[in-house]
Amino acid sequence: MSQFDFLKPKSRQIEFEQFDDRILTFVLERERSFLTCISCGGCTATCSAGNLTSFNIRKIGLSLRRGSINDLSDEIQKCMFCGKCTLVCPRDINIRNVVLLIKKRIAQLESEKTL
Amino acid sequence: MTEKRNIAIIGAGIAGQEAASVLAGLGYKVTLLEKQERMGGMLNKWSKLFPDFSSSQQILDTVQVSANKNLSVICNADISSITKENGRFELSDNSSLKVYADLVLLATGYNLFDATLKEEYGYGVFENVITSVDFEKVHKSGKKLTTLLGKEPRRVAIIHCVGSRDAKSGNTYCSKVCCITGVKQAIEVTRMWPDCEVFNFYMDLRLYGSKYDSLYLEAQKHHKVQFIRGRLSEISERQDKGLQLKAEDTLQGRPLRMNADIVILLVGMEACEQNADLCRNNTLDLDENRFFKSKNIHYARNISTQPGIFMAGSCICPMSVNETLESSRSAAFLVDKSFRSVQVEE
Amino acid sequence: MENIISIPFLVGMAYLFIVLIFRCIKWIAGLSKFDKIRLLKSITGRRLFQSIKETFMEALLHRKIFRKNPVLGYMHMSLAFGWFLLIVVGHLETMMAEHSMFVPFHKAVFFRYYESSGDFYLSGFFAFFMDLLLLFVLSGLMFAIVKRFRKKLFGLRRTTRLKSGDKIALTSLWLIFPLRLLAESTSAAVYHNGGFLTSGVGFVIDFIGNPAILYYPLWVAYSLSLGFFFAALPNSRYMHIPTEVVFIFMRNAGIRLKKQNDSYTDVQVFSCSRCGICLDKCQLSVAGIDDSQSVYLLKNIRNKNLSDEKLFNCQMCGRCQIDCPVGIETIELRTVQRIESTRDYNSSYDYLIQEIATKADVVYFAGCMTHLTPRVISSMKKIFATVGEGVWFMDEVKAPCCGRPLMLAGQYEAARKLIENNSRMILDSGAHTLVVSCPICYKVFKEDYKLPDVEVVFHAQYIDALIASGRLMVDAIGLRMVYHDPCELGRGMGMYEAPRRLLGRMGEVVHMKDEKEYAYCCGGSLGNIKITEDERKLLRNQALVAYESYSPDVLVTACPKCKKTFAAGRKMKVLDVVEVVAGAILAEKPQKVENPLAEQDVDALAFAPDMTCNL
Repeated sequence: MSQFDFLKPKSRQIEFEQFDDRILTFVLERERSFLTCISCGGCTATCSAGNLTSFNIRKIGLSLRRGSINDLSDEIQKCMFCGKCTLVCPRDINIRNVVLLIKKRIAQLESEKTL
Repeated sequence: MTEKRNIAIIGAGIAGQEAASVLAGLGYKVTLLEKQERMGGMLNKWSKLFPDFSSSQQILDTVQVSANKNLSVICNADISSITKENGRFELSDNSSLKVYADLVLLATGYNLFDATLKEEYGYGVFENVITSVDFEKVHKSGKKLTTLLGKEPRRVAIIHCVGSRDAKSGNTYCSKVCCITGVKQAIEVTRMWPDCEVFNFYMDLRLYGSKYDSLYLEAQKHHKVQFIRGRLSEISERQDKGLQLKAEDTLQGRPLRMNADIVILLVGMEACEQNADLCRNNTLDLDENRFFKSKNIHYARNISTQPGIFMAGSCICPMSVNETLESSRSAAFLVDKSFRSVQVEE
Repeated sequence: MENIISIPFLVGMAYLFIVLIFRCIKWIAGLSKFDKIRLLKSITGRRLFQSIKETFMEALLHRKIFRKNPVLGYMHMSLAFGWFLLIVVGHLETMMAEHSMFVPFHKAVFFRYYESSGDFYLSGFFAFFMDLLLLFVLSGLMFAIVKRFRKKLFGLRRTTRLKSGDKIALTSLWLIFPLRLLAESTSAAVYHNGGFLTSGVGFVIDFIGNPAILYYPLWVAYSLSLGFFFAALPNSRYMHIPTEVVFIFMRNAGIRLKKQNDSYTDVQVFSCSRCGICLDKCQLSVAGIDDSQSVYLLKNIRNKNLSDEKLFNCQMCGRCQIDCPVGIETIELRTVQRIESTRDYNSSYDYLIQEIATKADVVYFAGCMTHLTPRVISSMKKIFATVGEGVWFMDEVKAPCCGRPLMLAGQYEAARKLIENNSRMILDSGAHTLVVSCPICYKVFKEDYKLPDVEVVFHAQYIDALIASGRLMVDAIGLRMVYHDPCELGRGMGMYEAPRRLLGRMGEVVHMKDEKEYAYCCGGSLGNIKITEDERKLLRNQALVAYESYSPDVLVTACPKCKKTFAAGRKMKVLDVVEVVAGAILAEKPQKVENPLAEQDVDALAFAPDMTCNL
């Protein structure tokens, strides 16, 4: 029945008052360009990992900016670092650095056992 | 008092011609300089205009000027330098042409973005990838848009923001007219081929003008044009010369692959490369998008940073046809005002 | 009482020796078992002589700096080699005067303080020669002082910043030889035991003041400056002098950098003399980035304060490594630091599933970046079709990345997962050749993939071989071309000639000042993870301006990333080598043509306007 999970009345609201900025702040302090995303999806479309999996780098970035860091740990692992996203980004966001920073911050939080 | 009435206008597109006829009508001596063989400029490349599908030829015919005692036209004059000496401007091209004037009006217009620079979109590599200007050419010829092999397209994709709002192309500004052009061309494709599916790929739809939204509505309602919010990342070619597009349907949050027979790239407007040349030997300046800089973008949009040089049309920023014409009339008014104030002082 | 003046010197010297011995023991202990055996074998075998020779040539004569920059070379040589000779000749002189093979070390250093008679065999010669050597060292010192304040005279744009340990060592080093001159000159004035220089200066001292009073304080000051220098040395940049010797021995023993820090990393780090040659080579400075260059990387490793911001702000282009006079592997060292820094968050790529490989003779792997330069792919397809090669285009629809970008980011373990997956696919295809058109992929396929019986070839090599064997015919298209060496292909893999040879078949490849190992980086390198796009443009423009000055018809490169980067500069037409070839293909061999009608066809094809050559 698991394919009908979506029918369960689980709230999918973005709880903005529970904003978890622990990763976002870390990234923004080190990569300001991350702020300028307009969610055009060019990165996800060209993504080598996204070609093979459900990896969606744009959505990861958007979740972070909405203060949600759930399931990020498994998702961000999928990136292959090939750099195509960075090469197509119309906003010149240094996406490879964003991924590196997210990975680093998650590793930090995991070692502190707070994630 | 009447000697100082010579005006040189660079560019005989619709902006230059409109200003020329207004100023000549006011009794000034106008020299209209055009780098091409004939007047009309970029509008010559267009077939029909948004939002009403009126003929661009009609506009060209309406603004068309002809030489008279107050107006002389010099074609094949590629002005590359403006110098001010003894209170007069000297305009010269790379050969021996020299034109003197008391005031200069820039109406140099724009360039089209070179779509080959966006190599991942395959323009110049895959034959079925064309630009919006190529489409206008087909439309103007009265023929129907077909694939390279002459077949009826079953699906056409129209790509917004090619060379606009794209740091990688070096243009971070919005060209403003492409969105509505995309809607117009989508309708024109379905009018050519009623069974053809048309998809517009956009980042943001910027349909700012009067009656533009009704055209958008018409495209959806009567022509089943579909709009996908996602920036195209790349195009590849299949064995049969059909195209495969990769984008993300950002509203779905999933990457999307689509086959299409023809892709139309809505190429943006860029400042002319010669603008930089014209800024030498005077205090003309360019803005961050390489268009001519206005003294003030609100109340002095047509006034350049060099006293005595005015601007009209899309050499200031991307403009539609009606904005261009308004801009050049406004420029003509300011030129006239400037002459009058000089006369009062004298 | 007389010996008191040598105490500061002896204390400093003893401290230095203890530290050096301790460090050496630590370094050797930190090597792996195999490396220890390698080192032992090398110092007992023939390699010993090579190491000694290299120590002499590089650590004393500074041959490599000499070649790069003769003035800077002279400065280093006069100080190092001059001082070395002063010690050796001074010792000989003392032995001669004492008539003994064994003289205490300090006796030789302060010879003219102790020796008052000046009456022994060859004493005149020694006095002259020692003065000459002192003059030699002083001339080098003069250059060093001038360099500190007027670096431009040395053709250096920048030099390194100093920390406090360096300042003590530098000041005492600068004082040693002038003090020695003054001390020996007062001795010469009192005892008349000097050569041409010290006698002369002694005469002047005698004229101005009283040498008998100045004599003792000057010798104490000389001893103090020596003592201070030796004591400060282990905590200063001058530690590079003894460390370089260890480095040379270890390198010649065949010890290499590992994928983690060990004492060989340490030895390389401490071998850096901070000469600043790498700063001058680094293009990041045109973008105003002045704190992450190799010399600073080494300093930060030494001081244990290396931040990610600096570690990852490097193009990994290798321009600094080419000219390092000590031979420090700056790029590999940085890679190791990146591995250490990201070790905690490598990816597993569990999702990779084995796709079914297609059987083919040749596999073509375009690479991620090449998918954004479709003209390269269509040109490759055209060539494969023309020669009728049975090719499997492995990543036409989808495939994992080659792994090299991960490696550049330090994620070696993660990269291995991709490598394993891709290797299996390639081996399953049964191909004998793997063709790649991206230098980033080429490097990793060549160096890190284990593909027995599969020849990995770069597209330029592959096409050149096709033409050489007559399978592909190209026409001379008379283009004047500037060829940009991609970092990963040139300095990274040493491939400079194959693309040039290939282009030379079709047109003229312009020779340039900064080419091959000295080629610019395009600015787009995947190696740099921190640089902003605007900064990248400044690097790119530096290269473009240089290339523009040769006014070529076209700028040719062999890397999709370089191509995209340069094309965005909009200064000139940019093509990949394969596009040039695709625009010059002859459909048939002309000599095979028999009827005149067909000949016309060939001509028509040869002159058919082609997108890629229609400039």
